[in-house]
Amino acid sequence: MNLLVCISHVPDTTAKINFDAAGTALDATGVQFVINPYDEFSLTKALHLKEAHGGTITVLNVGGPETEPTLRKALAIGADQAIRINATPTDAITVAKELKNHIAANAYDLILCGQESIDYNGQQVPAMLAALLNLAFVNACVDLTIDGSSATATGEIDGGHATYAGTLPMVIGGKKGLVEEKDLRIPNMRGIMTARSKPLQVLEAGENDAATRAAKFVKPAAKSAVKLVDSVDELVHLLHNEAKAI
Amino acid sequence: MSIVVFVEDWNNQFKKASFEAVSYAKSWAELAGTTVTAVTSSGATDPAALATYGADRIVTTQLAATPYGIAQQLAAMAEGATGMVIAGTSLGRSVAPALAALANGALSTNSTSVPSALAPVTLIRGAFSSKGIETIELTGGLPIVSFVPNSVGIQERAGAGTLEPMDTTGTDLLQVIEKTIASGKVALPEAEVVVSAGRGLKGPENWVMIEELASILGAATACSKPVSDIGWRPHSEHVGQTGIQVNPNLYIAIGISGAIQHLAGVSASKTIVVVNTDAEAPFFKAADYGIVGDAFEVVPQLVNAMRAFKAGQ
Repeated sequence: MNLLVCISHVPDTTAKINFDAAGTALDATGVQFVINPYDEFSLTKALHLKEAHGGTITVLNVGGPETEPTLRKALAIGADQAIRINATPTDAITVAKELKNHIAANAYDLILCGQESIDYNGQQVPAMLAALLNLAFVNACVDLTIDGSSATATGEIDGGHATYAGTLPMVIGGKKGLVEEKDLRIPNMRGIMTARSKPLQVLEAGENDAATRAAKFVKPAAKSAVKLVDSVDELVHLLHNEAKAI
Repeated sequence: MSIVVFVEDWNNQFKKASFEAVSYAKSWAELAGTTVTAVTSSGATDPAALATYGADRIVTTQLAATPYGIAQQLAAMAEGATGMVIAGTSLGRSVAPALAALANGALSTNSTSVPSALAPVTLIRGAFSSKGIETIELTGGLPIVSFVPNSVGIQERAGAGTLEPMDTTGTDLLQVIEKTIASGKVALPEAEVVVSAGRGLKGPENWVMIEELASILGAATACSKPVSDIGWRPHSEHVGQTGIQVNPNLYIAIGISGAIQHLAGVSASKTIVVVNTDAEAPFFKAADYGIVGDAFEVVPQLVNAMRAFKAGQ
């Protein structure tokens, strides 16, 4: 199988988020970047599929040179080759169009993404990509079985699950459940060493105009101190009369 | 020229998110000086109800079975639209980006406000897992907004409510084999009250009191990541960074320490109550109200107090 995993390079979950002086972009000073956690589930699923069906795993990212350590980490975990499309991602549609240009010119059997990236939380790129390619898409995917050129995929829907059947190629928006947390792999020394010699190709970006603009970022107002109460009756009273929550 | 809003139904019934979507479209339409066109399933039991919230035209059509098919149907209605609105439900989150790709749209998802300006359309959305608030401008193409359910609220403002059945087609690229929806339970993403519990409960058998409290409050039940990882509760209840993000009016966290991954999924909640034995638990810093105490003592008391409160209403 020719497997593609789209990787986002995002601030670590525990990173303190600050914005630049103008408030229009993330201040990356001191921020540790990681593979987007949702993408890790998809990458691990690709490893499982390769182990079961054979094939090649390509990881693809749209970003500047600063994102290459993240791609190298994906190679260390077990991807075979990496491609970086050299562009500063401005919004979801520009990223989706860059991905589409590459995918349309290459024969991938399955395109695995994470459901969303934990930076902009748009949950947009995978569905846009599928629509641009006119391919089937399953979001919030928690189960995927491949049999030849057929796929059965289950996605979470409000209050339950939906299971779909379709034909490859297909786009998946993965999350926990696609593989389990315990299946996620940490790069070992051998993986890190071999990752250095695996191919990382840099492609020039096309010209795609952004459709949206981040005009301003602010941090949420600090929460006032918690009000500790001694009895449940007092809590119920406050929730009703003060918070108007019940 | 109109604000076109997709109105989702669940087994032919509208829910809060349906009316909130129409209310959102009406607020936008008032700012833009235009009308509201609601698009909904021809199977919906009472499409005329949408007029109460501002729908001027109510287009009913046989919806495709998958999000992509629906996106195609909506894209066909995008021509001449001033803007489009979709609730950020599970279906909406799959439909909106596909629609934006098909209709050359400028999309904001995870939106938490109605537009404050029109040229360009400007609004607020959540980013960086609730650690940032973004002001976004929809600069290129048809403005499309997907909003977080329970973020802008429902308003009754009458619209003309003209019903208009229409034939539209969308192509499904997938076949739906099965849909399972837990019956009698409040779905987490749209719940107004969520009762959530963590490892402090010590075992899955102790969720009886959590479910009882949830049932009294009409709440959805949720859990922390460790609890879903060890299989005490299903993944679908896991709230947090890699689980479900919620923004209820009231989030009650019992026996959850409040790791940053968990807070990322709940900090948009309007009121947070934390019950924990450990007064130093980080969750207290994110909470509005707290009780330092043992869940096995506090929760049964809370069940009784809430039951008495509800009975007195």
